[in-house]
Amino acid sequence: MVNDMNILRVENVSKSFVAHKALDNVSLEVPRGSVYGLLGPNGAGKTTLLRIINRITAPDTGRVLFDGHEMLPSDVFKIGYLPEERGLYRKMKVGEQAIFFARLRGLSRAEAVQRLKTWFRRFGIESWWNRKVEDLSKGMAQKVQFIVTVLHEPQLLIFDEPFSGFDPVNADLLKSEILSLRDKGATVIFSTHNMSSVEQICDHITLIDRSHNVLSGSVDEVRRRHGDNHFRIEYIGDGDPLGRVPLSLCTVIERGSLSPERHTMKIRIPDKRDIKTIIAAVNEAVELRSFEETIPAMNDIFLLYTRGGAGSEMLRTE
Amino acid sequence: MSQTFIIMGREYSERVRKKSFIITTLLMPLIVIALMAAPTLIMLYAGGGTRSVVVVDDSGVVGDNLRDCDEAAFTVVPHSLETARKEYTDTFGILYIGADAVENPNNIRLYVNGNSGAGVEMAITKQIEEALEAYKLDTQYGIRDLKSKLDSVKTSVALDVRDNDPSKEESARSSSSIAAAGMGFVLGMILYMFLLVYGAMVMQSIIEEKSTRILEMMISTVRPFELMLGKIAGIACVAATQILIWGVLVVGASTMLLPSLGGAAAAAGDGEGVMQALSSFADTGYMVSIFVWMLLFAVGGYLLYSSMFAAVGASVDSAQDAQQLQSIIMVPIIVSILVLMAAVNDPSSGIAVWCSYIPFTSPVVMMARIPSGVPVWEIAVSFAILCITFTFMVWLAARIYRVGILMHGKKPSLKEMWRWLRY
Repeated sequence: MVNDMNILRVENVSKSFVAHKALDNVSLEVPRGSVYGLLGPNGAGKTTLLRIINRITAPDTGRVLFDGHEMLPSDVFKIGYLPEERGLYRKMKVGEQAIFFARLRGLSRAEAVQRLKTWFRRFGIESWWNRKVEDLSKGMAQKVQFIVTVLHEPQLLIFDEPFSGFDPVNADLLKSEILSLRDKGATVIFSTHNMSSVEQICDHITLIDRSHNVLSGSVDEVRRRHGDNHFRIEYIGDGDPLGRVPLSLCTVIERGSLSPERHTMKIRIPDKRDIKTIIAAVNEAVELRSFEETIPAMNDIFLLYTRGGAGSEMLRTE
Repeated sequence: MSQTFIIMGREYSERVRKKSFIITTLLMPLIVIALMAAPTLIMLYAGGGTRSVVVVDDSGVVGDNLRDCDEAAFTVVPHSLETARKEYTDTFGILYIGADAVENPNNIRLYVNGNSGAGVEMAITKQIEEALEAYKLDTQYGIRDLKSKLDSVKTSVALDVRDNDPSKEESARSSSSIAAAGMGFVLGMILYMFLLVYGAMVMQSIIEEKSTRILEMMISTVRPFELMLGKIAGIACVAATQILIWGVLVVGASTMLLPSLGGAAAAAGDGEGVMQALSSFADTGYMVSIFVWMLLFAVGGYLLYSSMFAAVGASVDSAQDAQQLQSIIMVPIIVSILVLMAAVNDPSSGIAVWCSYIPFTSPVVMMARIPSGVPVWEIAVSFAILCITFTFMVWLAARIYRVGILMHGKKPSLKEMWRWLRY
């Protein structure tokens, strides 16, 4: 059955606020035991979607199925949610506060203490137990928040922008924790702007742009699907290498410079039969150094879809 | 439901362990007792001792009739005013009684050496007046020693007010109206404080949780309604603890202090009234029924007001933003206090009766009326109205709360809050 494969199904969810439509007919399926990336620019509707999944806000239309059924009150304990805007009681001690949150999520006090000790040791923060939260830095508080979210060992973990505010070392620690949670059988959904983390740890992604689901699939498949038509040009000269190329033949994804005179450009050529024409035109316009096919990074795909304009429109109609 | 208890427990234990809570709880009764005792103590110790006053009496009717009192001791001297003023510079002052003092009481002067005071001046004035009045009574009406005659016939009546309904004759009205008025005032004030202070505490606490974004951490596991209820209940427990400690401290302290204060009051001549007032407090059944009603109205009123405060707290980002919305809630509370004064004077006046039915003012006003005896059905109706209103208000507040706690940035208008109700 399909339901057994997917721990979460979002079906045709729409949500409007007074001034704008936050989500427009969004559907997605999260496979059990995967790490699922929810991508999209600021204001695309990611947080609204995560809130609807967590039943914090109700959708106007559509529904969310957890484990094949509409969410029940008891399912709350099977989900761990780390919101983007997160805080702790400033005057409370770290250990006491972690116990409070753990008990809210259905653990007994003794169980909570035992598990917390293990996690605190693992993160090397045992000495914080009796410190007040107001004495912690933002990054330190975030570690505590992460522990609190995963402590009750939920089947489904939802992180909203988990990497924001972490230094690279701690971001790596977080990534490896997310992967080890998945290896223990949990499903992880997280939203992010950090595309390199997507490539490293995500199995599946959904890209939301302007309230719509514009791209869904496994990371490998998505990259392959967009890979065969991408090219990187390296050239010397100040002119526009595409100056003589008809606009309809290719799309610029990114421009860059290696040195004052040496430049690069990433383009997408929808029809491979045009490659010869384009190379000839570029060669005439500038001093061409290389012209190679690339598999796009998630970053490129993200930009392609969200920058708007002709490129993304063209892709959508594909 | 167990989550509500966990939240309640956290709210309670965090608050009662705060230094500020412990300090206010312990200091407040001391301040109250100090305020209660202050007038007596001031009376006892404020006097500057007995001043010696030299009297030059040209009229011949006042000087010998001046009696020494606590404030002043009089010495009549046979000198002229000029001599006396030069000679007695080491006394408090020289009192000059003009020759025509009987007809012209304004021809009486006091020359003081150094500083004077209102107390001693009043005492001296009183002695002169008594002396002049006694002289006039004697010469014009032939009455002597009126004061001791009046004292010997003085009668004090303790009016025993009873209900005309024989079944209630013994119980309900056995208290005097003065005691009931005093008690009504105290009960009303306690309720007022309860609603205002702890209601505002609920609001503060929600604003804090909202601004530190803790709510977002909780909201996925706890339903907003349970969160709000846990907070309201937790703070209610804090309030109960504080009031209980205050009660014990005040009662304990007054049993130790009352005898001395009572003695001072008795000396001032009010002893009988005080004793009678106190005797009505010894009626256990009466006290228990008052206490039970007070508990019910305190809980009902607190639920009503704290849910309104909770809705305000959830709608704003900071205490500054809250002020405008808060002032809307403050209006009925302030009205309650104004009506409380009227209700204490006349518990059955129209405004007192009406306001004891209106749920926003009934907790305070009804408590002011109950000690003077209100039919049980009236109290029950008022309480029922209160219950219906707070149920509705909690429901309303929960809806605003649910949406408000996730809203940040702009301060909402009342119109927007109205829209939240229908989300």
